[in-house]
Amino acid sequence: MPDDVFKALADPTRRKILDELTERNGQTLFEICARLTTKHGLGSSRQAISQHLAVLEAAGLVRTRRQGRYKFHDLTTEPLEQIVSRWLKPDAPETGK
Amino acid sequence: MKIHLSSVCVDDQDKALRFYTEVLGFVKKHEVPLGEHRWLTVVSPEDPEGTELVLEPDSHPAVRPYKEALAKDGIPVTSFAVDDVHAEYARLRELGVEFTQEPAEMGPVTTAVLDDTCGNLIQIAHTNQVP
Repeated sequence: MPDDVFKALADPTRRKILDELTERNGQTLFEICARLTTKHGLGSSRQAISQHLAVLEAAGLVRTRRQGRYKFHDLTTEPLEQIVSRWLKPDAPETGK
Repeated sequence: MKIHLSSVCVDDQDKALRFYTEVLGFVKKHEVPLGEHRWLTVVSPEDPEGTELVLEPDSHPAVRPYKEALAKDGIPVTSFAVDDVHAEYARLRELGVEFTQEPAEMGPVTTAVLDDTCGNLIQIAHTNQVP
């Protein structure tokens, strides 16, 4: 398991982004920013959120998808399943290192 | 001082007039020939003397990259007030309108974001009832 996932999850804003994508998958940058501002009172700039999304994407926790002229962000949970199998199901194959 | 006009830059004025009147439900207020294009405005039937929305041609070379960049990130160019975002969402979906954001509670307001078919995203919003 790459360290990227743990680094990505270490930040509270990035965890909030994952919370919001859990509520509804497939959000534009605008929707993510609006949710963080209005529901969580986070004052981060759009650029800062964009950078957080890049970290989540590099860790494999978020995937972006172009649909027509729009870009949507989807949650991808595979890296989290590796965490579960590493400590909660250590006998399962493909345990991360 | 008052806000008298607001504008959206559209890729085709005829298509825009159809969408903003037949689909969104505004009514045409002014249509004045102006060379290649027209001075074309619509108003809300609920407020015919209110702020006019100018359906402005997007032919200036700076406009299209600006519109594309906003659309890519899902950012609406303006916002219209509705009584009930959920009901309006259902009505417009029935008419084939695409949304980049389904209705969502955003603190004191509920919003959704739709595609105006002319290169813009438009937000619709209502203020949530205080329980």
